[in-house]
Amino acid sequence: MDWTALWLSLRLAAWTVAILLPVSIFMGRFLAYRDFRGKGLVEALVILPLVLPPTVLGFYLLVSFGRNSPIGQWWQSVFGSQLVFSFEGLVVASVIFNLPFAIQPAQRGFEAIAVEVREAARCCGMSPMASLWKIELPLAWPGVMTAMVLTFAHTLGEFGIVLMVGGSIPGETKTIAIAIYDRVQGFDNRGAAIMSATLVAISLFTITITYGLSARIGRRLS
Amino acid sequence: MFLIRRLVLAATAALGLAWGPALAQDDAPVVAAASDLQFAIEEIAAAFEVETGMRVRLSMGSTGNFARQIREGAPFQIFMAADEQFIAELHAEGLTRDAGDLYAIGRIVVMVPHGSTLTPDGEMDNLAEMLAAGQITRFAIANPDHAPYGMRAREALITRGLWDDLQPFMVLGENVSQAAQFALSGNAEGGIIAYSLALSPQVAPQGKYDLIPEDWHEPLRQRMALLSNAGPVAEAFYAYLMEPIAREIMERYGFALPEGE
Repeated sequence: MDWTALWLSLRLAAWTVAILLPVSIFMGRFLAYRDFRGKGLVEALVILPLVLPPTVLGFYLLVSFGRNSPIGQWWQSVFGSQLVFSFEGLVVASVIFNLPFAIQPAQRGFEAIAVEVREAARCCGMSPMASLWKIELPLAWPGVMTAMVLTFAHTLGEFGIVLMVGGSIPGETKTIAIAIYDRVQGFDNRGAAIMSATLVAISLFTITITYGLSARIGRRLS
Repeated sequence: MFLIRRLVLAATAALGLAWGPALAQDDAPVVAAASDLQFAIEEIAAAFEVETGMRVRLSMGSTGNFARQIREGAPFQIFMAADEQFIAELHAEGLTRDAGDLYAIGRIVVMVPHGSTLTPDGEMDNLAEMLAAGQITRFAIANPDHAPYGMRAREALITRGLWDDLQPFMVLGENVSQAAQFALSGNAEGGIIAYSLALSPQVAPQGKYDLIPEDWHEPLRQRMALLSNAGPVAEAFYAYLMEPIAREIMERYGFALPEGE
């Protein structure tokens, strides 16, 4: 069992969730309430990572973050380290790759709130921020929670992008999925089996807990 | 508001995990090693740790992929290639410290899993017969686009005149370890893999093998080099690779050094 790799995957998933939580609330809410020209395109862009092969995303990330790219050079000058083949690079890749998982369920959550409820809040003199905090978030909470759990679980299982931009460096970019792949190539099927079972158990546990939570909250709200 | 508190709590937990310690900050240098070294290098790294108390981290893969990643700035400190051409190119681009050192001459073998209908023979006569009789379904080699052991396998098959006929049945491993995995999985009649893998305790019990004549392909002159960012631990490991203990391990895995080089 490669604990370093498992811990790395958990940290990567946690970072991704931490960064995408505010993004999912504000983008999800914005897309749910606003109509504007080009909204269809924005929604399509958000969904795009879901249908593109990870290798395509990985390739673009390599090209756009590499050390010869403007972004890569800016990162190098600000942080003094590389973006590609580093943990930070994996976080950036993971955030982009998880946009559909983070925004979509949250958007559905906000869409489900009746417009009268929001209007009532505004009529009572609530500021938009207060309305979000006191009225909307409690109602859209299952959607936001689902978004975060999907993001977490999905990051744990991410393979293709990590293979392209990671480089399988132990403790830095060698996630549990990459470690499993390496074990199989090293003819260590037992090691691969133990790690795979662990990953299945963690993913199942995470998703079960969340759906349990969502169901309870949903019942209490209705 | 109880729900919100929970949301904040979950976010805090996630942030706490994210900010948490990176489980022992690891600054051991990373060695990029060609897949044919999979088992030999693990043994050498373990011996190095016992003897010096210093650690290196290993990353295994195909030589061509590593060369590409090094150009893109991958933070490896030593590159052990399966073919010296790749080191020469990186050296010309100023990415290695020097021209490096030849550390092994590799060989390739035909290997078949136990119970395969194919007999392992280096001259591939039985492969030719079975191919003509339509009895080959799958044959594995490493990807000749970027894996040196795949390139040499292709050369040997061209020499033997089987390359074209074998095309429809070819499965390509991303590197020579994966090719071995494919060849011995029981889903193929066999494949061409590295001699060093066939000799390893993990692979040897899984089938039978036979050396392919050395003059059927270009020699696998394996060269390694320190990369420009190599630190003292990497330098120590690099020197260790040339010492008797490491050489002995390499020889056990079928790697010979030519006399006088």
